[in-house]
Amino acid sequence: MSHGIRPATRGGLLWGAGLAVLCASIALTVTIGPASIGVGDVWSTIAARLGWGTSDLTRLREEIVWNLRLPRVLLAAVCGAGLAVCGAVMQSLLRNPLADPFVLGVSSGASTGAVVVVVLGAGGGALSVSGGAFLGAVCSFALVLLLSHTLGGTPDRVVLSGVAAMQLFSALTSFVVMTGADAETTRGVLFWLLGSLGGAGWTDVWLCLAVLLAVLVVCLGYCRTLDAFAFGQDAAASLGVSVARTRLVLLCATALLTGALVSTAGAIGFVGLVLPHAARALTGPGHGRLLPACALTGAVFLVWADTLARTVLDPQEVPVGVVTSLVGVPAFVLVLYRTRRGVRSAS
Amino acid sequence: MTLHAEGVSRSAGGHLILDGVDLALRPGHTTGVLGPNGSGKSTLLRLLAGLLSPACGLVTLDGYPLGELRRRAVARRVAVVEQQADTQVELTVADVVGLGRVPHRRPWTPGSPDDEQAVRTALEQAGLTGHAERAWHTLSGGERQRVQIARALAQQPRELLLDEPTNHLDIQHQLDLLALVAALPLTTVVALHDLNLAAMYCDDLLVLGRGRVVARGTPDEVLTEELIAQVYRVRADVTPSGPEGRPHIRFLGTLPPPRPAEGERRVG
Repeated sequence: MSHGIRPATRGGLLWGAGLAVLCASIALTVTIGPASIGVGDVWSTIAARLGWGTSDLTRLREEIVWNLRLPRVLLAAVCGAGLAVCGAVMQSLLRNPLADPFVLGVSSGASTGAVVVVVLGAGGGALSVSGGAFLGAVCSFALVLLLSHTLGGTPDRVVLSGVAAMQLFSALTSFVVMTGADAETTRGVLFWLLGSLGGAGWTDVWLCLAVLLAVLVVCLGYCRTLDAFAFGQDAAASLGVSVARTRLVLLCATALLTGALVSTAGAIGFVGLVLPHAARALTGPGHGRLLPACALTGAVFLVWADTLARTVLDPQEVPVGVVTSLVGVPAFVLVLYRTRRGVRSAS
Repeated sequence: MTLHAEGVSRSAGGHLILDGVDLALRPGHTTGVLGPNGSGKSTLLRLLAGLLSPACGLVTLDGYPLGELRRRAVARRVAVVEQQADTQVELTVADVVGLGRVPHRRPWTPGSPDDEQAVRTALEQAGLTGHAERAWHTLSGGERQRVQIARALAQQPRELLLDEPTNHLDIQHQLDLLALVAALPLTTVVALHDLNLAAMYCDDLLVLGRGRVVARGTPDEVLTEELIAQVYRVRADVTPSGPEGRPHIRFLGTLPPPRPAEGERRVG
């Protein structure tokens, strides 16, 4: 692993390769499932839908590709990318290798919001599950910001406030489920809590993609500012960084993205925590390279994890959060083991 | 024109840390800030860097109040080296020195040849050519401080502020580091504990005691047996036997604590 000044061409090659792997993963995973569909069928469907030609597939198969599998795979890619970027930004901003979108309490707030809508019927039908989840995410994040600001606003206070909010909202979720739900609803809620990309539609994909791209552009604008946090917030301030504004902008951006993703796909764990570490092992710590790398690796990871989730117990589906953790933990340990010299010197 | 503090005060936790301190720097010269623990050295440096704002008084850069300048603009003029910087991030020497370019770069734009040139020059000035690819966490304390100075130089500042940069270094590295700092063509402020090092490498000295200026002037004006007894409560023998006839201080022992009314701060 080498850092520092690298020829730009090598960077270009890496991104080309990453994008190619992502496109190939998407094309391949769309073909996997009960109805047998080839990569060629996928391309002809996409081409036909975009008006570049005609598809010789039956209407049903075209529907399966275009309205069932493709949105689901794309949503998996967007969620993976978004969660990984959020994790990377928060880990650097809060100087805590354990920070991830869950630490801000956003995910658990979203869960509570969703459960309140599903189980208690809050909003009287006017509020969708994802609407409730988004409201929950916003409330939880506001609480964390308020609490951490009252406690002094240092990074460790933000993390502690997030953990407190996480516990509070998890307890609220459990309470609502235990007291208000019948067995069937409980099963559905549990499934949602562990994350599920089933039922993804094009609206979800476009919405999440739009938020992802906006947040990614903002974060890339702050990439050198994030680099400057390596030696702590005083060092960042002496390098001309406006610490309070940076923290507020980036925390709000990541909370917005997490809220959008969690309200669409449930609380998919582990991606935000682990993928940044894996990406860092690939690109080094500079955020200009790290954030795109997180987006690519996160997308590829979740695309395959979700494919595993929907096929391994076919026709039953495993919550994707279960797969991400089962696959991710060994990978995480491996990454930590291979980068252990950095940890040792810090102890 | 350079950094200038006029009657700056700052308190923390109900205690007055700095009480009406004036400091005028001579461009291109090295000013040492001396004083016992808790006398306000670090706070003065943080005020000069604009990392803290004074409760009373004013810090100006070229006549403009620091608080009215943009942080990025200040960071292009004033660089700071902390006592001991550390990170958990796996950075190379070149990465760390490259951080000095942060205030010079605009968002969403790639690095420029200027940045690379500035990093190369800074590495050269700090005597680190050939070390660019070494990992930060494999460096010794002395090397880390050198890298931090190179990072500060990559900011291309005209003012350099160092807060006890020689702490935790062996004597060879202390001398190396201060010789490097003193030879730089910058307006430098360095907080120091070691009076002999201050005598050897500083052009001007400012002595703080409990947040107030006790003495200021050249090393031979300031470093007298009386002042050392008054500020540090230490008996010393000062002779002009240092390099270039600068004062050399030999410590003979502590003096009894002052009368209870003064309530000397316990150190340790």
